[in-house]
Formats: sequence, C-alpha cells, structure tokens
Amino acid sequence: MTNAAVIDGQQPSLRTHVHDAVPAGAVHAKGQQHPIKLYLVVWGWLFVLSTCSYLVDYFGLHGYLRWSLILLFMVLKAGLIVAVFMHMAWERLALAYAILLPPVLVLVFVAIMVFESEYTHLIRVLFFTSPT
Amino acid sequence: MAETALTNPGESPARAAGWQGIAADWSSDQRAFKNVSWGKAMMWIFLLSDTFIFSCFLLSYMTARMSTTVPWPNPSQVFALEIAGHHIPLILIAIMTFILISSSGTMAMAVNFGYRRDRAKTAALMLVTAAFGATFVGMQAFEWTKLIMEGVRPWENPWGAAQFGSSFFMITGFHGTHVTIGVIFLIAIARKVWRGDFDVERRGFFTSRKGHYEIVEITGLYWHFVDLVWVFIFAFFYLW
Repeated sequence: MTNAAVIDGQQPSLRTHVHDAVPAGAVHAKGQQHPIKLYLVVWGWLFVLSTCSYLVDYFGLHGYLRWSLILLFMVLKAGLIVAVFMHMAWERLALAYAILLPPVLVLVFVAIMVFESEYTHLIRVLFFTSPT
Repeated sequence: MAETALTNPGESPARAAGWQGIAADWSSDQRAFKNVSWGKAMMWIFLLSDTFIFSCFLLSYMTARMSTTVPWPNPSQVFALEIAGHHIPLILIAIMTFILISSSGTMAMAVNFGYRRDRAKTAALMLVTAAFGATFVGMQAFEWTKLIMEGVRPWENPWGAAQFGSSFFMITGFHGTHVTIGVIFLIAIARKVWRGDFDVERRGFFTSRKGHYEIVEITGLYWHFVDLVWVFIFAFFYLW
C-alpha cells in the first residue's frame, strides 16, 4: 500500500480512510484509493459553500462583511478541491510544498499592485478629474 | 545513495517528519518526488505555471478596478436574468458554478473507479464530466452573446468603467478555453479507457509508451484545476 508510509505522521482521520479503502490482503492496489463516500461528502460541502457565497450576493451584503465572507467561502472551497479531489492531502510533503508554496508569493505581487493602483488612482483624482 | 537514486514510483521510503523530510527528499542526487510518477509531477508543475497566468489576469483586473475613477459596473445586475417574470441576480453564474462543481465530483469518482480497473464506470463518469464541461462552455457562450448584444466591448460598456469589458472577456475567455481543452482531453482519455488500453498496456500512438490508469488521475488533476480557477474567478470577478 503506497499511501501508508505517506500518511504516517499526518492527520489520523486521513489514515482511517486509506485503511478502509484497501483491506489487508486485497488485490495489490496502486495509486490513490479512497471510499466513494468521501468524494460525495466533499461534493455536498462544495454545493453548500457555493450556495452560501451566492447568498452573500443575493441578500446584498456589503462592505467588510461581504468581502470577508466571499474570501472565507473561496478559501474553504479551494482547500477542499486541492486537498481531497486533487489528493494533495495524501501526497508526500516534498511535492505538496513544492506546488503549494510558490503561489503564496503571488500575495507579494498583490501588495505591490495595491500600492501601484492607489497611487494611479490618486494621480487621476488630482490631475485628470474635471472640476464640475 | 545508490538505492535511493533508483527508487521506483509506488514505493515510498520512510522519511523524517516535517522540514527535515523535505530537505532529505530534495538533497543528494536523487529524485525529489519519490512516489510520484513523472507524468503526475509534470502535470502539477504545469498547473503551478497556469496558476501564475491566472494570477496575473486577476491581478491586472484588480489593478484596473482599483485605479479607475469611473464607477465599476455592478456584476450582480449585469449578470442577472429574468426567469418566469422574476428578476434574479447573478443566477446564470450560480448555475454555471454548480455545474462545474458537479463535473469535479464525477471526475473524482472516475479516478477512483479507474484505479479499481472498472473500465465501463470510469469511461462513463469521464463522459459525464465532459458533458458537464460542454454545458458550462455553452452557458458561457450564451453569457457572452447576451453581453455583446447589450453593448459590452473590450473598450466600452453602457454601465461604467471601460476596463470591465476587457477584464471580463480576457479572464472568462481564457478560462473557457481551458474548459474546452479539458473536454477534449477527457473524451480522448475516456475513449482509451473504454477500449481497454490500460488493461492490456497498449502502447500509445504518439509516444509508444505503455498507458496506465494513472492518466485518469492526471486528467482529473487538470479538470479539478479548471474548477479551482473558477472558484477564484467567481469570488473576485462576479461576487466582489
């Protein structure tokens, strides 16, 4: 069983799934083996979270409440997809960190562009808005 | 050293916990991704590069929206539909979101049945996934048509900041292209699964390599990524 070594030392809840899926003495299984129920549960959660983020718009919430709820539901959905559907939760850490850490650097880029656009906005307001 | 350099995928040697394990995997002349085949590792690395592409699109959208002095069109109203006399905000986008999530669910199950060597169920679930994807692209074509009829262009629109059109067409267009490529990829692999290529290890037409059911998981990685990107587009472009 390939995953047993990978799971060792990680979340105990994940370990039980792997052992459920491949009972001892079963046909030699290769690759990711998890019970179908796990996927259905995640599918259900993704529906719930999407409905929640749609309701944020439907009820017209605004300001910091709206933005924080949108970000919260977005991060939860992305986490579920990457961890379970893309099996990142069961991959070796060397791969998980190699793939998941670099996108974090995009946040630096975000910070740079926030400064840049604030500056551009200021200049536009100061010099390019017609005084009507 | 010699035995670690020749590690086969499928056997993962024990490792130390946390950062020590990562350093040990990456160091000293050996393959870093021990139990991950080159195909899967390369798909992940491609997806990482694609992440940066979509990040740049969303960042340029953010910059345009933050720096303009003209009000940004309200996406909640722009993407509203009249259904049976009711005016429902953003409903088309919500339906598209549910369709794409459902396609991810069927894809995840296809991967599972692939590793169980259930070739009929795997191929059927992949085709269902492809059908969901094609539906999504169809709804996007409808959305584009509606907006173009209402006068949205990359350089102007009737409701506010001109950059709305260029951001919209760029981001959703690139995402729709990814979905379309994914549908083609899914159908191609589903055909091979259906034909039993991976049971008899038939050699590929182009690469002459033996195929394995792992390609279903690799296809799945691409497909889930397309869904993942939509999560971010939905949050930042349609809901923000």
